[in-house]
Amino acid sequence: MGGSNYDAVVIGAGSVGTPLAMNLAEKGLRVLCLDSNPSAGQGNNKCAIGGARATHSEPAKVILGLRSLEIFRSWEREHGDDIGWYQGGYTYVAYDGETMDLFRSNVPGQQQAGLDIRIIDAGEMMELVPGINPDGLLGGTWSPGDGSASPMTSCYAFCRRARGLSAEFRFRERVTGMEASGGRITRVMTDRESYGCGAVINCAGSFALEVGRMAGAELPVYPESHEAGVTEPVKRLFDPMVVDIRKAPGSANYYFYQHDTGQVVFCITPDPPVPGTDTDETSGFLPLVALRMTDLYPRLGNLKVRRTWRGIYPMSPDGSPILDRVGPDNHYVAVGMCGQGFMLGPGIGEVMARFITGQETGEDRQVLDELRLDRQFTSEEALK
Amino acid sequence: MSSRDKRILRHPILPEPEVREVGFTFNGAEFTGAEGEAVSSALFAQGIQVFGHHHADDSPQGMFCANGQCSQCTLLIDGVPLKSCIVPLREGMAVKSLEGLPELLELPGPDVRPPVEVSASVLILGGGPSGMAAAIELGERGIDTILVDDKDRLGGKLVLQTHKFFGSVADCHAGTRGIRIAEMLETRIRGMDSVAVWTGSVVLGVYSDGTVGVRCGDGFRTVRPGYLLVATGAREKSLPFPGCTLPGVYGAGAFQTLVNRDMVRCAERIFVLGGGNVGLIGAYHALQAGMTVVGLAEAMPCCGGYKVHADKIKRLGVPVFTNHTVLAAHGGEKLRAVTIAGVDSSFRPVPGTEKSWEVDTLLVAVGLDPVDEFYRKALKFGIRAMVAGDSEEIAEASAAMFNGRIRGLQIARELGETGIDIPDDLHEKAEILKSPGGRTFPYRPPVDSREGVFPVLHCMQEIPCNPCMTSCPKDLIGTSDHPIMGIPEYYGGCVGCEKCVAVCPGLAVTLVDFRDSPERPLVTVPFELGEWLLREGMEVVATDWEGLVIGEAVVRGWKRAAGYGKTILVKLETRPETAARLVGFQVQDPSDIEPLEKPLPVPLPDDAIVCRCERVSAGEIRKHVRAGIRDLNHLKALTRAGFGACGGKTCTTLIKRIFREEGVPESDVTSFTDRPLFAETQLGWFSGKEDGHGRE
Repeated sequence: MGGSNYDAVVIGAGSVGTPLAMNLAEKGLRVLCLDSNPSAGQGNNKCAIGGARATHSEPAKVILGLRSLEIFRSWEREHGDDIGWYQGGYTYVAYDGETMDLFRSNVPGQQQAGLDIRIIDAGEMMELVPGINPDGLLGGTWSPGDGSASPMTSCYAFCRRARGLSAEFRFRERVTGMEASGGRITRVMTDRESYGCGAVINCAGSFALEVGRMAGAELPVYPESHEAGVTEPVKRLFDPMVVDIRKAPGSANYYFYQHDTGQVVFCITPDPPVPGTDTDETSGFLPLVALRMTDLYPRLGNLKVRRTWRGIYPMSPDGSPILDRVGPDNHYVAVGMCGQGFMLGPGIGEVMARFITGQETGEDRQVLDELRLDRQFTSEEALK
Repeated sequence: MSSRDKRILRHPILPEPEVREVGFTFNGAEFTGAEGEAVSSALFAQGIQVFGHHHADDSPQGMFCANGQCSQCTLLIDGVPLKSCIVPLREGMAVKSLEGLPELLELPGPDVRPPVEVSASVLILGGGPSGMAAAIELGERGIDTILVDDKDRLGGKLVLQTHKFFGSVADCHAGTRGIRIAEMLETRIRGMDSVAVWTGSVVLGVYSDGTVGVRCGDGFRTVRPGYLLVATGAREKSLPFPGCTLPGVYGAGAFQTLVNRDMVRCAERIFVLGGGNVGLIGAYHALQAGMTVVGLAEAMPCCGGYKVHADKIKRLGVPVFTNHTVLAAHGGEKLRAVTIAGVDSSFRPVPGTEKSWEVDTLLVAVGLDPVDEFYRKALKFGIRAMVAGDSEEIAEASAAMFNGRIRGLQIARELGETGIDIPDDLHEKAEILKSPGGRTFPYRPPVDSREGVFPVLHCMQEIPCNPCMTSCPKDLIGTSDHPIMGIPEYYGGCVGCEKCVAVCPGLAVTLVDFRDSPERPLVTVPFELGEWLLREGMEVVATDWEGLVIGEAVVRGWKRAAGYGKTILVKLETRPETAARLVGFQVQDPSDIEPLEKPLPVPLPDDAIVCRCERVSAGEIRKHVRAGIRDLNHLKALTRAGFGACGGKTCTTLIKRIFREEGVPESDVTSFTDRPLFAETQLGWFSGKEDGHGRE
C-alpha cells in the first residue's frame, strides 16, 4: 500500500471540496483532493444554475453567503480567471399578502446579519424586472449585492489555483474505505491507492451519507432530485435573479436569471420532493416550469430553451448545511448543502480551513455552532 | 425585386413547382418569395446569403445545416429570433438580419394547446426510407403506430434524390428516382388506418419516464410507446479549415435541400469536398441545376462513392482531385475562393501543390454520422426500442428501406403478432444493399464489333444493383457472379430496345448501333441535364467512361426514354473505332474551370473554427489538450465549445479528432453528456393554455 501521506485528504472535488482544498493549500498543508469524476465540478457543481446570494433566513448562511459573494466578486481582479460573475442582485417577488408578510418579517434579521436587502413595492419591482406580469404584483425584496457566476468555471478556477499552491487532485478515483486507529483515521483507501492522512474532510455532496459511514458517522443527508434548464442568449432583459416562492400544483418555488452570456437559466422545486440520485431527464419538467415562468414573465414564451438537465440537492433535515468535526478526531464534514454548495462553498472553504488548522475566528465559531451536526434541526430555512 | 431572380426555372428532372408569390421584407427592403418555402430559401432566391453577424466575434453567419439542427441561419422573423430554415414564408413577414444578440420583444408566444400524453403500440421517429418501410409493415398488420417527422412531407432525404435508385427492381424500386419512391410510400402510408402520421413534428427528447417528447404543430405532446423505432437518419460531418464557417460553405445535404426541394439557384460556381456518394451526387445535382462545378477533392487515393457516380461527373467535365483536400475557404463576408492542396499518405498537405479557384459555394461532404442519440437514451431508460436505417449504420437508402421492413416485422413479432415469418433472404439482401461497393475490375474493352446493335456495359465495380439485367426483355444481360453484386455481362442478341440504357442508375450503359452506317455508327447515351442543352447537329466533346476525351461526336436527335420519365436518350454519331468506348460528352468547358494563376495565401490550420456556435478555434482547443485537459466538459467550461445551440452535434467529432491528432488515446477522453432538447424550442410551446387552438 504505497500511497503518500497528506496533511489533509478532501473527499470530493466539487463546489465545496475544491475551494476547501484551495484554502487548506493556502495554509501550507499538503492536500490531496479525490473525486470519482473525470474533472473538477463534474458531480453536481455543474448542475447548479449559478445563482449566488447572501439572501438567506439563517444568520450563518447570510455570513457564509456574504463571504462567498466577496470571493466571486473579486476573483477575476485578484486571480485573473473570468468566472462569469454578474452582480445582478436577487429579488423575491410577492403576489399575495402572505408572501409579502414573510419577507417583511425576514428582512430585519437579514439586515442585522449584514445583508444589504430591503422591501420594494410593485412599481420598483416593475422597474427592476421590466416586463414582469403586473397583475396582482405587490412587490418583494431586493438585495443588490447578490449575483451569479458560472459554477463550472469557478470550480475550475479554484482547482487551478489550488494546484498552483501544490494541492494534488486525483480524478476517476473513488474512495472505498478508511482505516482508523486510536480514534483517528489513519488511511483513506480508494479503488486505486491508499493514502496516509492528517485531516479527512467529507465534501462528498450527494454521497455524504455513504462516505460518512466509512468513518463511522451517520450524517442525515438525503439527496433529492431537481431539474434545470438554459435558453438561447438574448440581449439583457433584467438584472436580478427572480425568485417566486409561491406553491402551485406540482411545484414549490422556482427561479430564473439572465447569465452574463445573455442566456436565461431556470430551475423549479418539485412538490412533493423527488428523493434519490436520479439525474435522468423527465418529460414533465418543461411543462411544469414553463407555465409558471411565462405567467410571471410573459415574453419568455418566445425564448428558446436550449438544454435541460437534472441535478441533486443533498438535503439536510432543516435546509442548512452541516459543518462539523464528527466521530474520529480528524474527521470533518462539510455536507448537506441543500443545493447551495456553489453559492456557499467559497465561504465554507475558508471557515473549514481555519477550523481544521485551529485558527477559527469568533464569527466562524458562531457559524460552526449554528451548523453543527447535533443541532435540533427544528427551524426550517424559509428561503431555501 | 422579383422572386424569380435566383430560381431554378427549368430542371431536367424536377417539375416546375406551383408557386404562390407572397411579399415580405428583409431589413426593410421589399421582396417576394414562394409561400410556404423556408424563409432562408426565400432569401437565397434573392441572392442574400449573409443572415447576420455572430455576437462573439462579428463573423458573418449564414446557412449551414438547412435542417433545423444548428442555429446559424437564425433571423428575426416578425420580431422573434427563429431558425429561418424551418420557418415557412408567409405574406407580409418582416425579416431582419441578426446582428449580435437578439432583443426579446414583448410579443405573444406560440399559440398552442396544453401538453398532452398519448399512447401508441409503436412510435417511429423519422419518416425517411427506413421509418416508412417499417410503418408499412406495421400498418399492414393493423398495429397502431405513430410516425413522426420534422418535415412537412414524408420521405426524409428521398425527397432530395433526383437520381435513380440502385439495388434490385423487385426489392427496392431500383431504377426509380428517390423523389418518386417517397411519393409512392407516403401515399401508401397515408391510406393506412392504423398509422397516424405526424409531420412537422420535432422530437425533443426521450425521457426517463418512458415517454418521448414531440413538438407538434399544436403543442407539446408526450408519447408513451409500447415499442420505439429510431429511424432518425444521419447528420453530415464537418471538417475544420480556415474559413469553414463563411456563408457559402455548407453541407451537401443542405445544398440538396436548397436546390432539389426548394429549387433555388443558390450558387453559380461550386467546389465539392468529398468523393463519397453524397459529394458525387451533390456535384451532379449542381450540374443538373445549371451550375458550374469547378472541381471535387477527395483525400483518399480514390473516391469512396460508387465508381459510376464519380465517372458520371467526370464525363460531364468535372475535374476530380483525389489525394487532395481543402486548405482554406477565402472571403470576408461571403465565400469568394477556395484553395486545395495535394496530401501525402498521412493526409498532410504537400507544399507547392496548392491550387485556388474563385467560387461562391463550397460543399462539404466528408461523410455522415448516425443520429442515434434517441436510441441510446431509450436503451438507457429501459424503453423497448430498435434502430433502423442510417441511425443504425450509414448506407444507401435502398438498404435503409430493407432494414426498415425487417425492423417493422421484428417489432410486430415482439408485440405478439403471430404468423410473422422473416425469411432469411431478407436479412441477406439487407446486408448486400448496405455494401458501399466491392471490388473494382480493370476496364474490359468492349467487343470489337463493327456491325449490328449491342449494349456496352461500362460498369466494373461490384455494387448492389441489377436493373440492367431485369429490364432486358430478352434476358440478354446477366452475371456469372452474385445476382445483384456481380459485374453485368451482355450475352448477345440485342434488338436495340434501349431499356438497359434508360434504366441504369449509374448512366453506365450505352447502345452502339452500326445498322444504318458502319462508317458513322450511332451511340445512344443517357442524359439527365436537360434537353435545352442539346441542338440537332451540335458537335460535342466525347469522352470514355471515366471522362477521358476521345474525340468529337455529333448530336443526331434525342428522345425521352419511355417509362423512365426524365431520362433523355441522346443519339451521337461518331467514328467506328471510338463508338464502343464513347459513354458521354462534356457540358463544362475546361477553360471555364481553370484555377487561378497563383494560389491564394492560406491562414494557419489552427485558425479554423471548430465550434461554430460559440466560435472556438482549433488552436484554442489544441492548447488545452496540450495542457492536459481530457474531459470535454472541462474543455467546454474553459472555451465554451459545445455550449451552443446545436448541443455539440457538430463540434464533438471535430474536438475528438484534435485529441487524436495530439496522440491522446480515446479511452482517456470523457465526452459531453447528452441532454435534451434535441432542437431548441420556445418556452411557450410547453405552456399552452386551454383556450389555445394550436398553430397550423
